[in-house]
Amino acid sequence: MRDVAILGIGHSKFGKRTDVNFLELGWEAIKEALEDSGVSQEKIDFVAVSNFGLWSSEPSPVAPLLEYAGLNPTEAIRVEAACASGSAAVKAAYMAVASGSADIALALGIEKMHESGTGDVVELLARIGNYFWEFENFGPTFVGYYALYANRYMHDFGAREEDLAKIAVKNHYYGFYNPKAQFRKKITLEDVMSSPYIAWPLKLYDCSPITDGSAAVILASEDIAKKYTDSPVWIKAIEGATATSNLSKRENFISIPSAIEAAKRAYKKAKIDLEKPYKYIDVAEVHDCFTIAEIIAYEDLGFAKRGEGFKLAREEQTYIGGSIPVNLSGGLKSKGHPIATTGVSMIVELTKQLLQRVEPERQAPINNGLALAHNVGGTGHYVFVSILSLEK
Amino acid sequence: MSEDKKRNDYENLPIILDKKLGVPIWSDVRELKLKYKMPLGKIKGFFTALSEEKILATRCPKCERTFFPPQVDCPYCRINDLDWIEVPKEGILETYTIITIKPTTFQHYEDYVLAIASFENNVKILTWLKIDDKDKIKIGMKVKLTVSKRLPEGYYIYELTP
Repeated sequence: MRDVAILGIGHSKFGKRTDVNFLELGWEAIKEALEDSGVSQEKIDFVAVSNFGLWSSEPSPVAPLLEYAGLNPTEAIRVEAACASGSAAVKAAYMAVASGSADIALALGIEKMHESGTGDVVELLARIGNYFWEFENFGPTFVGYYALYANRYMHDFGAREEDLAKIAVKNHYYGFYNPKAQFRKKITLEDVMSSPYIAWPLKLYDCSPITDGSAAVILASEDIAKKYTDSPVWIKAIEGATATSNLSKRENFISIPSAIEAAKRAYKKAKIDLEKPYKYIDVAEVHDCFTIAEIIAYEDLGFAKRGEGFKLAREEQTYIGGSIPVNLSGGLKSKGHPIATTGVSMIVELTKQLLQRVEPERQAPINNGLALAHNVGGTGHYVFVSILSLEK
Repeated sequence: MSEDKKRNDYENLPIILDKKLGVPIWSDVRELKLKYKMPLGKIKGFFTALSEEKILATRCPKCERTFFPPQVDCPYCRINDLDWIEVPKEGILETYTIITIKPTTFQHYEDYVLAIASFENNVKILTWLKIDDKDKIKIGMKVKLTVSKRLPEGYYIYELTP
């Protein structure tokens, strides 16, 4: 297998993007990635597109996107892994380059959720999981699924709603400085605590929003990368794992087994100590679709011991200057969560962090040159953990 | 440019204006209604038992794994036609939430308690918990698995009660 470098990145503004159509939105990220990398369309051997769709009008979005972006007749596929679809697209592009099948590959995540109404989007998200046995008769929502985790987690470990709220406050704090974020507004603990319940104990401000947005990365093999850039970022690992579709079949409701497994695989591949990964990693983006998910991520990734993740939030250890800065982009909570774009967006953000190209207020100190992305699909149905590095 | 003027620009077109940005949006002329037909032939036993107020799981006669939701195939032993067993009526509440913001097709129900309970034979079930006083729900409490009529549709489905 060949080493794989990130040559270029592109990222649209996230939000309610009724100012552009689906194809214009996709082009925003593709164009930026082409210009960032210096690569022209005809050099791209392979394209992986992630788009969950359903709420937007193009049922087979790859062809219209490629046509609009002048990418034909490249080879292309679409991938789906729920909210981890973006990582799945990066993995597909990574595999194409690593295997030697392609020299240059592009991964594009795109989602246009505002083509449908809020109730329908809530419904389509809730249908991720096991449609017949869980959704059809019992109508869980996605926040409902995570509320089942939040309730049990708080019960077992004595965490409070205020601890969850601190995640939202932190992520909004950093999102304020991210020009691409959907919500650029700092919030207080009181704002979170006084927001209405969506699925008890989770409130409106514990939830990531409905978002339109696109992100793209261009990957290349080592010899190609050297021709284009002196400062490539390397994908040291992008490892996935899966777990049951039925939430009822999980061992417990305090951890995501596929996240633990994906982290183990990624750490092993990147040669990172499983015991204290936070000593190696300069900055992390984790999947905070709901505040509880970020706290459980701390534990699944080994940033905190089981049952102690909420203490990192309480002690503000995941701000810059703490034990490990997390979600300096604003996270899904503030930056926004365009479902199949999120995984690609995380890679874009961490590439910029490692190259020290983000706004100064939210730039992590880069000491070891390592960054981690944790991208969860559904309620852990798919998880990808990626490790990016400045060193090959 | 006033709202009225903008509207005039798109007369006789299926175009609406975004409330916040005022940008034109094509409002789809084609509306699709999706209603899936999901075959149940191999697990019909579950549904015939449901009308007798029994909840069934399947069990592999070889490895003795229990499956809920019921499935007729054991992927580990690669044998089919697994045995049917009844799930015990008494279980323990593992976790719950109250769904306030509901999906489109659940809007007509009152706020419901979504819960997961565990039973013997390593079976856990996600369903609704029907309880008058939601403040009395406690993780770890005993719950009963029952069958009741889902209204207003009027079909039988399993749920939990205290």
